[in-house]
Amino acid sequence: MSLMKLTVSVAALAVATSAQARDNVQVAGSSTVLPYASIVAEAFGENTDFPTPVVESGGSSAGLKRFCEGLGENTVDIANSSRKIRDKEVKACAEAGVTDIIEVRFGYDGIVFASQKTGPDYTAFEPADIFNGLGAKVMVDGKLVDNTYTKWSDFNAALPAEEIAGYIPGTKHGTREVFEIKVLEVGCKATGAYDAYLAENGGDKKAASKSCYGVRSDGRSVDIDGDYTETLARIASNAAGVGVFGLSFYENNTDKLKVATVSGVEPTTDTIATGEYPVSRPLYFYVKKAHIGVIPGLKEYAQFFIAEEIAGAEGPLAEYGLVADPELEKTQALVADEATLGSNM
Amino acid sequence: MSLYLESPRTKKRNAAERRFQSYGLAAIAAALFFLVVLLGQIIGNGSGAFIQTRLTVPVTLDAAAIEKAEGSMMKTSGYRKLIVASLSAEMQAKGIEAELDSKAAKALLSSGAPNTLRQHVLANPADIGSTVTLKLAGSSRLDGYMKGRVTRESISDDKAITPAHLDLADELIGVGLLSKGFNWGFVTGNDASDLRPEQSGMGQSVLGSLAMMLVVLAVCLPISVAASIYLEEFAPKNKLTQFIEVNISNLAAVPSIVFGILALAAFIQFGGGTIGIEAFRASAPLVGGLALSLMTLPTIIIATRAALKAVPQSMRDAALGVGASKMQAVFHHVLPLAMPGIMTGTIIGLAAALGETAPLLLIGMVAFVQTDISGATSFFTDPNVGMPAQIYIWATRADGAWYERAWGGIILLLIFLACMNIVAILLRRKFERRW
Repeated sequence: MSLMKLTVSVAALAVATSAQARDNVQVAGSSTVLPYASIVAEAFGENTDFPTPVVESGGSSAGLKRFCEGLGENTVDIANSSRKIRDKEVKACAEAGVTDIIEVRFGYDGIVFASQKTGPDYTAFEPADIFNGLGAKVMVDGKLVDNTYTKWSDFNAALPAEEIAGYIPGTKHGTREVFEIKVLEVGCKATGAYDAYLAENGGDKKAASKSCYGVRSDGRSVDIDGDYTETLARIASNAAGVGVFGLSFYENNTDKLKVATVSGVEPTTDTIATGEYPVSRPLYFYVKKAHIGVIPGLKEYAQFFIAEEIAGAEGPLAEYGLVADPELEKTQALVADEATLGSNM
Repeated sequence: MSLYLESPRTKKRNAAERRFQSYGLAAIAAALFFLVVLLGQIIGNGSGAFIQTRLTVPVTLDAAAIEKAEGSMMKTSGYRKLIVASLSAEMQAKGIEAELDSKAAKALLSSGAPNTLRQHVLANPADIGSTVTLKLAGSSRLDGYMKGRVTRESISDDKAITPAHLDLADELIGVGLLSKGFNWGFVTGNDASDLRPEQSGMGQSVLGSLAMMLVVLAVCLPISVAASIYLEEFAPKNKLTQFIEVNISNLAAVPSIVFGILALAAFIQFGGGTIGIEAFRASAPLVGGLALSLMTLPTIIIATRAALKAVPQSMRDAALGVGASKMQAVFHHVLPLAMPGIMTGTIIGLAAALGETAPLLLIGMVAFVQTDISGATSFFTDPNVGMPAQIYIWATRADGAWYERAWGGIILLLIFLACMNIVAILLRRKFERRW
């Protein structure tokens, strides 16, 4: 049985290859950060003697969960996140022994509303309109009622008379949280629904905010759990549909998408950097301090990531759509000192 | 009633047969139609990935500039300046009046081009000081323009490239500096970041899939053959063996993601973490192969047992009758006759494993990975991805050029599958015996 011998010897070879310790940085987390992280990883591999880091995606929450699994070579070194780490997650990390976490904010990303290039123009969006269109309950004649609007023009005559169809990121995405806070809650307050919720909940602000985050469940608001390409596919099949995208994704698909203004401002890296465009969020990655010195190239990767030549206004990340952080120097000093989460609070 | 005339009953029966035959033909025609549409789609969308636009640039390798570049943090940006200066000079020499500012250079040249030059310099240090003519990849937008994917209308809102840049590209074609050629890099290269679709290739993931298939073969074939022979030829038929048989069938129907979670817990967290086997780490094809083995094992066992069952009992009886032991009867007579069936079952199991991404999702093999595979050991332990995972990753990326790459990857995946099937057919021909 020569074939048997062959397979057995291959098996023996495969098992006998006890390689040295892991020498590449292992990264997991936000799919929004993934393109940036892969650009940095590629440049890092090109310009240094370290191997190219491995970058996985899967969402901010999933990434931070894996980050908090514990210490050691079989856990990830860095978690990418499109939102700040939650206290709950810091606690979960600490319970698993991951106590010293370095938080690195490397820039900002705009969240844009976009529709089919050949479809109707959405040029009059206010956060209130998004809330009226997609919120679970809306204010009608001073009363909080279930959302029954069917067309955008039902509540804002400046908007086209098109069927409401919103494609928003699912709850496992960090983008969802920004969408809730910067769009739904703002719109909720502007329409007065927040006050109504507040009265309903006996003045409990947290509960009122939470109620504002509810989206309608009659099929007009669709959660997209996949990537932006899935949202793009949904938009492609619905001329009136409006989707939530990252600025960088939109900028790479200007041949298929048309961007909507929010409060009259068109999203660009400039309007986001000045804060004129209201919906943006900081992007982070989190580093395990205990892995620095154990995994070769970990600190160098973190420093490389936030170097002026990479994350600065002229760097490749800005070219892809990142809004450079004006306080980048502060972050550079923070990483150089390996300042952890607790120490700078 | 004449014999030459069909009775109404015969007519009816013949008509029924003709109807049935036409249904069969229609079914085959429908299947062929779908196959043609599918292949047409794949080839139509994916063939572009095998063609690459390149700029021919005679680069003057200035020693001082290279030394300065090597001393900086972003070494490649120094090389970029060299390329832009050389291309600019070449354009003037060829009589193109338009100026190559940094924006135009960015719009036309791949951001991976400086690294191509740097790798050339590192490999040929003797060239420093002279002028070398290199073919450097054009940007994905330029590539799209050359293939008709990008037009002046489609880039009206694009920030990376303007119609003026496309005019410049037309002039470059005129003087022969810009051309299209076969893209070997797509077959041999590795993944690239989102900014550089033009630099990406499937080569690394082909190796990743190959490594996983070898692991699956090495693990599954001996285990499943041994298990099947024992169950089929030696084991007594009792409650316990029945219980085992039922559970093998059950395992074959378990969703593949379950095996991914099992692999994460058993191999990476327990094997790599608790026991400390260093080869068991995230993103390693060895672990990926083991995860896929768990999934494939029941399938191959079932196929192997069916092949053993198909060997006529008279073979065993004859062998036993001339005094062979049970083991001799099995290994000398039954197993060789069952071999073609075992091969087929194994290849079908491998093909199913090749197409899986779900079990790999949790063990870090659906990721951005760039690895230079060198040596037999790193082949199994260096981080890598499988071909379907690579295709999935590309399909989720923003730039339209990745879509073309994903389809191109499907073509390579199909070729890989076809090769596996051809091997299976050849092996079967070689071992096949008739009785």
